[in-house]
Amino acid sequence: MTVDRLHPSHAASESPTHKRMRRLFLQAGLAVAIPALPVQAAQGRRQLTVATFPLLDEILKAALPAWRRIHPNVDIQIVSRQYGDHHTAMTTALSTAVRLPDVMALESSYVGRFAQGGGLDDLAKEPYRIDRFRSRLVPYAYDQAINRRGAVVAMPADIGPGTLLYRSDLYAKAGLTEADFTASWDAFVEAGIKLKATTGAYLVSNAQTVKDIVIRTGLRPGEGLYFDQESRVLVNSSRFVRAFELARKVRRNKLDARVGAWSNEWAEGFRRGTLASDLSGAWMAGQMANWVAPATKGLWRAAHLPERTFVGYGGSYYAIPRRATPENKALAWELIQLLTLDRAQQFAAFKSQDAFPALLETFDDPFFADPLPFLGGQPARLLWRDAARKITATQVHKQTNFADEVIGTELDNVLDHGKDIGRALADAERLLLRRAHR
Amino acid sequence: MRLPSFLRLSPRWAPYVFISPFLILFAIFGVFPLLFSLYLAFQSWEPTSGLQAMEYVGLGNFAFALEDEWFWKSLKNTAWLALASGVPQHLVAIPLAVFIHNSFKRLRDGVIGAYFLPYITSTVAIAIMFSSLFSKDFGLINAGLHSLFGVENVDWLGKAENIKPAVAFIVFWRYLGFNVVLYLAALQTIPKDLYEAADMDGAGRWQQFFHITLPSLKPMILFGVMLSVIGGLQLFEEPFILTGGKGGIDQSAMTSAMYLYRMAFDFNDFGGASAMSWLLFALVVLMTWLTNRAFRPRGGSV
Repeated sequence: MTVDRLHPSHAASESPTHKRMRRLFLQAGLAVAIPALPVQAAQGRRQLTVATFPLLDEILKAALPAWRRIHPNVDIQIVSRQYGDHHTAMTTALSTAVRLPDVMALESSYVGRFAQGGGLDDLAKEPYRIDRFRSRLVPYAYDQAINRRGAVVAMPADIGPGTLLYRSDLYAKAGLTEADFTASWDAFVEAGIKLKATTGAYLVSNAQTVKDIVIRTGLRPGEGLYFDQESRVLVNSSRFVRAFELARKVRRNKLDARVGAWSNEWAEGFRRGTLASDLSGAWMAGQMANWVAPATKGLWRAAHLPERTFVGYGGSYYAIPRRATPENKALAWELIQLLTLDRAQQFAAFKSQDAFPALLETFDDPFFADPLPFLGGQPARLLWRDAARKITATQVHKQTNFADEVIGTELDNVLDHGKDIGRALADAERLLLRRAHR
Repeated sequence: MRLPSFLRLSPRWAPYVFISPFLILFAIFGVFPLLFSLYLAFQSWEPTSGLQAMEYVGLGNFAFALEDEWFWKSLKNTAWLALASGVPQHLVAIPLAVFIHNSFKRLRDGVIGAYFLPYITSTVAIAIMFSSLFSKDFGLINAGLHSLFGVENVDWLGKAENIKPAVAFIVFWRYLGFNVVLYLAALQTIPKDLYEAADMDGAGRWQQFFHITLPSLKPMILFGVMLSVIGGLQLFEEPFILTGGKGGIDQSAMTSAMYLYRMAFDFNDFGGASAMSWLLFALVVLMTWLTNRAFRPRGGSV
């Protein structure tokens, strides 16, 4: 899993997983400000402040011994807040330039949001020159941090490749093979009809999750989801019509359980086998195994998303605020490199917190081929590694959050009140047009 | 022991020094944010770029707000909720206050306390409690409706048309006791001899209520309705917590106060949000003035 699974639901995150994040965010619970080390009065000691959130803070803490070996005189102060609070605090810190940390952790949807302004240092410039490391990083994770002006505002630390988790026993009972339901989105929905008829199980938790991924299917690299580079609105297009039609087909055939992610009914559905599949990040397998439905161990399998759709479900980044203490920037950059370019550190995070590495050098490790007991011994990390290489970055627009919500609302109108899809998308387009250039 | 003269407070300055803690705090947390939001209402600002990034846009934000569909939608939601929760509050509170006033002697304080309790309870606790009461499959409200009237389970918080009544009910429940207390206070000021005289003249209970009680309560009704209008237009916490901060399906419980908060913190548009907050302020002033006019006695002033 990536660290993202701990994030709460927020307005409209870039990934469709935002709702799922809430439960774990609540579990991870306490907002703690941990002064890592007592402030030393000794001469020559320096301090670097890192603002972060759970579980990224755990990863950072685990990296401290390695840091002390390189810089015994530089203390790291970790300021950890809950996911939502952290990003609000960072917005405030950037807007006023008061109490800015030296290193700022950011969740991927916020990278896009913060990249619009000029609050973060361009890591492509001297003295950072992040382009030197480009070939060592998962391509989409790197590209996602490039803003419209070509500046690279953050360094990727971990990623969340998207995957389809499914109950192999239920699908087998319905006489369906993996090829039957992953060939295309239409095949997926058709399989769902068969599955429902034979086993009574729902295909997905909510029709919205299907829409969320289908609108991301077939995007060209760098193409925007809702807006293009010139802020033209893209929602009144075949991509959205198809997503809405598929979601409507799911609803009309009663293939979705109509439950919100992370709700009690949702977890219960996985436990009782009334929910037969889930579209989400690779980390979801760990969640299922750990607490959602541990008793279903061995029954699940992972596959690429239907129609070989490759999307990222969140990820974490590190950035350096432009107006942070200038003397600390070199050290801050060194710390970021330790966390993101050091094979041992990236692996430690993968093993302890399921943070899927953004560093390509880790990808040749035999660890990826280990069988996963929850998935019936399937070496699924190989699958996710393959997906990670194929995901492409999507351009984030300033109004992405708003667009997410408008599209979700219009789909609700279509599903609940039978609104015509063409009209729903035209209404969404009109709303977005008014905002596109704000 | 006498203090050295430079430490002594002259009577001339003493009042200012003593009142200064409030004034300083008020200036920092009251006046400054007000002025800052007024300033912001005329700026376009990408907050993560820093304070220098503000750009003067004149009345652009106001024009945007007035043409924004969601702003109007939120105003309609607000008006709906204010009416649906506000009107019953007073229609129930007045008879209830009269009933408590006439029927309870020894238990009076306890009864008032029971009605007043929701008002002083934390909104968060209330919203959490009601979200479990309103739960579709496991909620007490659906269970009660089902056993009493055989009603199918209602998806209170998951369907656009049900969210508003649910929120309105909570607001009604919460502020009813406050209004009862207001009216009870007013009832105590009505001279007893008015009722005695009415009894002598043979006026019945209803006549006494409509011709003595209600007219005497009028100033308090004005005050109570005004508070309800202001509170209704600023409604935020209950729908915010109950709908996870978003306003629910189709934003049907997203009030104006919620929307302008979301404009700033969810959609990163602080300028637009500030403009909307000033428009909302103007509306509150206007509605308060209209309420005042509506209740003013003919040819006199309250």
